Amino acid sequence: MSKLHTVNKSPFDKNSFDSCLTLAEDGSAVLLIEDGVYAAVAGGDVAARIADASSRLKVYVLGPDLAARGMAEDRIADGVSVVDYGGFVDLAEAHDAVHSWL
Amino acid sequence: MSDLPPIPPDDEDEFGVVKKFCYVNRKAPYGTVYALESLEMVLIAAAFDQDVSVVFMDDGVYQIKSEQAPEAAGMKNFSKTYRALEGYDVEKLYVSKESMEERGLTTDDFLVDVEVLDHAALSALMAEQEVVITS
Amino acid sequence: MKFGVLVNEGPFTHQCSDSAYQFTKAALEKGHEIFRVFFYYDGVNNANKLAEPPSDDRNLTANWSALAEEHGVDLVVCVAAALRRGLNDDILAPGFRISGLGQLIEAGIQADRLVTFGD
Repeated sequence: MSKLHTVNKSPFDKNSFDSCLTLAEDGSAVLLIEDGVYAAVAGGDVAARIADASSRLKVYVLGPDLAARGMAEDRIADGVSVVDYGGFVDLAEAHDAVHSWL
Repeated sequence: MSDLPPIPPDDEDEFGVVKKFCYVNRKAPYGTVYALESLEMVLIAAAFDQDVSVVFMDDGVYQIKSEQAPEAAGMKNFSKTYRALEGYDVEKLYVSKESMEERGLTTDDFLVDVEVLDHAALSALMAEQEVVITS
Repeated sequence: MKFGVLVNEGPFTHQCSDSAYQFTKAALEKGHEIFRVFFYYDGVNNANKLAEPPSDDRNLTANWSALAEEHGVDLVVCVAAALRRGLNDDILAPGFRISGLGQLIEAGIQADRLVTFGD
């Protein structure tokens, strides 16, 4: 079984992102949505954690939620792919279950 | 809780399918309503004869702290319902070892019997689940 | 593929309902089936037809109702959560129905994926 994990909290506010990264099994995907998208911004402490995890997890960020928050896609850390809502649906379909870290 | 669903007979199989349902509780009780209403979801899944696991991690470990007395704050005490889970055949209760320890808790603090799992074991357990309901 | 969607927050305080709506719409546009959208916790407030957001803002209740109207999406509000919050059939927006939590479990069983949106 491989899962799609979604995270909707800023990593600077709640530990949802930390818990997700710690417990997501190898080979699963993580999609950052809503305030979770701030984790994907390059140059911050959190982006380094994403880089460390990139050998075992695929990390995605929801483009419309980035745009809403004034974060251009060229600010996103290496190794993070931008998807739209259709891409969110595709990810949910491609994995066996969806685990939302709230 | 006064509105517990009826305990199902052992042979009930409403939809002919048994899925692995996992409830992941990461929020403390009373400050918000999530713990209480999540518990109602757990009971219903059990009434539909599904394979139910309940995970308490992060602040969710506080949900099963013994000696809760919310009456003093004017709130309903639903903590006894965790003890009723066994009657619904919900016996797979798991606690994150790291979450428990970093909060200075031990299994003696809990009002139900739980299995304590470290990160690796919890990750493996959650990886097997078919329906994950979080709050 | 059959999707079930769980909405745990109301229409304004949190982005939850917006995200769930956008996901549901995108899934329908891709030709997927939405088995059911279930509203729980404060999510039941999405079904309150008395909501009147300013005309220059989106109206999520109306948006959900439109999905039910145009695509036959089953919008189910948890009865216990609704009664607690003062929501009943008298103020239920078109396309929503009130039923038991068993409808959520059924969605978990029957749908290929159950996607939770919440806070």
